[in-house]
Amino acid sequence: MTIVAKFEIPYLRFLDSEGKINKPLPHFAKNSRDLISLYRTMVLTRTFDAKAINLQRTGKLGTYPSSLGQEAISTAIGAAMQPNDVFCPAYREYAAQLQRGVTMAEILAYWSGDERGNQFAANPEDLPIYVPLATQCLHAAGIASAFKLRNQPRVVIVVCGDGATSRGDFYEAINLAGVWQLPIVFVVNNNQWAISVPRTAQTNAATLAQKAIAGGFAGEQVDGNDVIAVKYALDNAIAKARAGSGPSLIEAITYRLCDHTTADDAKRYWDPQTVEQAWQEEPIKRLRQYLIKNKHWDETQEAHLQVECNQQIEQAVTEYMNLPPAKLTDMFDYLYASLPAIYLEQRREVEI
Amino acid sequence: MSEITLVEAVNQALAYEMQADDNVVLLGEDIAKNGGVFRSTVGLLERFGPQRVLDTPLAESMIAGVSIGMAMQGLKPVAEFQFMGFMYAGMEHIISHASRIRNRTRGRLTCPLVFRTPYGAGIHAPEHHSESTEALFAHIPGLRVVIPSSPVRAYGLLLAAIRDPDPVIFLEPTRIYRLVKQTVPDNGQALPLDKCFVLREGSDITLVTWGNMVYETLKAAGQLAEQNIQAEVIDVATIKPLDMQTILASVEKTGRCVIIHEAARTCGVGAEIAAQLAERCLLCLMAPVKRVTGYDTIVPYAKMEKHYLPTAEKIIKAVEDVLSYEG
Repeated sequence: MTIVAKFEIPYLRFLDSEGKINKPLPHFAKNSRDLISLYRTMVLTRTFDAKAINLQRTGKLGTYPSSLGQEAISTAIGAAMQPNDVFCPAYREYAAQLQRGVTMAEILAYWSGDERGNQFAANPEDLPIYVPLATQCLHAAGIASAFKLRNQPRVVIVVCGDGATSRGDFYEAINLAGVWQLPIVFVVNNNQWAISVPRTAQTNAATLAQKAIAGGFAGEQVDGNDVIAVKYALDNAIAKARAGSGPSLIEAITYRLCDHTTADDAKRYWDPQTVEQAWQEEPIKRLRQYLIKNKHWDETQEAHLQVECNQQIEQAVTEYMNLPPAKLTDMFDYLYASLPAIYLEQRREVEI
Repeated sequence: MSEITLVEAVNQALAYEMQADDNVVLLGEDIAKNGGVFRSTVGLLERFGPQRVLDTPLAESMIAGVSIGMAMQGLKPVAEFQFMGFMYAGMEHIISHASRIRNRTRGRLTCPLVFRTPYGAGIHAPEHHSESTEALFAHIPGLRVVIPSSPVRAYGLLLAAIRDPDPVIFLEPTRIYRLVKQTVPDNGQALPLDKCFVLREGSDITLVTWGNMVYETLKAAGQLAEQNIQAEVIDVATIKPLDMQTILASVEKTGRCVIIHEAARTCGVGAEIAAQLAERCLLCLMAPVKRVTGYDTIVPYAKMEKHYLPTAEKIIKAVEDVLSYEG
């Protein structure tokens, strides 16, 4: 028998669940200031998530999907991107969005059912959250095509979940990115669950990373709870894409430590032991342990950080709660660049 | 100046706008080296290069999605779906994204693109190559649906579609791709979107149609004139948004209306036009509005398709019924 091709999927982790280093740290991670900055973003995101759930429970917000347990992936993405790159998020990527200028008030407005939450006053080009899963992968490929056609040294980062990798759009985007050698990085947030369907029921493939192989480019797994590993993998993939050397896929392995959304009850399908185990692996604790052990962080700083996060979030909540209602005519006024005459009569029905 | 066909007019418009605007890029299956299966993009790869005339892998959802991504970056993609029957794989992107990007982001991101596709029956093609499902698109808020029916209108309307800041579904009637030739000055002059074209004036009855059926309708109008019946023929051209003003003005004048389309009758665009006539000018009607359409069946394969399509004879029969209506 002749073997015509052979492939390997590497796995990357620097920081284990105890916060111990199991291989030499990459250059950026030797700078404690950068690590602290990643840590602060993760804590801010987790605190924001908790607040958003409280708002939902008290009737001040619509259905909300938390990113609990998955903060490292999105935090690393936001830190690895340049401002003029384009981010195409899945719906649990608050950490990256916040770093890219999307405001908490906008995120809350979105989940309250207000399109103005997608207006991103400080970020003109990133995509809003896409509800039909994996469809953002193709738009990301289109944006990357535009960068390539215009010879711009810009990169697209697109995120989808493990469930979304079963969709045709994911495969079609992988295929196009490979054959057109697009400046794009696919990040799969493998949190083990698509609502109630586990990763094992999505695909018989041993890894999700290997789906890149069919597109003719490299895929790798990283410990998605190790922010250093995710950031390192992203730095390399982004540099490669920016240099014109094509796409990459990073499968970041993590665990959804929360319900799918506030409308879900994960107890119906979760195995409590597995979840308890997953809590031991969560990303914030391990980085805190590492920082404390190496004297980059202490309890006083931790307490200060909590106060700062709470203040920032409270301010955003106030801004969100004070957002005046949108005009009803907005439903017509953003439909076309200028509303065709035939719809004016319907528009008049909602004019006040 | 030589005369050209509708498909050549499409090519001429694409070339004009690619020359005028660097943001215009073409993508689709077999459009580059092969020039498209109907040759509508022939010569454009040679003229504008592989950066702007892109043969894509074979995946229609991908063609739709990638075009939207490009458009959000300010390119003006003109994507070709090889046949309307293959466009359905891209529907999620058309319905859930292209039509909504502007609204979803409250104007921050927009989607200036054109999705072109050959459509309609009558060319003896295999299944899925004869679809006339324009009403699917006409139902979707945020889209424009434009159907040219002559070389002159193909040129002018395609230019307008590419220049339009919102997504346009541009349906090219295959049966008349090479049916007639016209002189089409390559002057970059667009024709207005959202406007009907009155192709023939008349005072006895209004015939409203579009696409492939324009020629059957004109043929019927010609024969009716021999019987001294003056039919006004309206090519709707943009079926979404509808220019009801022009249609209403005509029906107010004639008091009678027959709507002709090759698509299946139920929930076809003809139903919307008839409903609006009932809402807005019932009392000016001297007879019920009648529709001459394809049947509510699957478009038959090639051997039977001519029995499915409306013909001049069927149109004339409907006109006679309407004219002889006595309440």
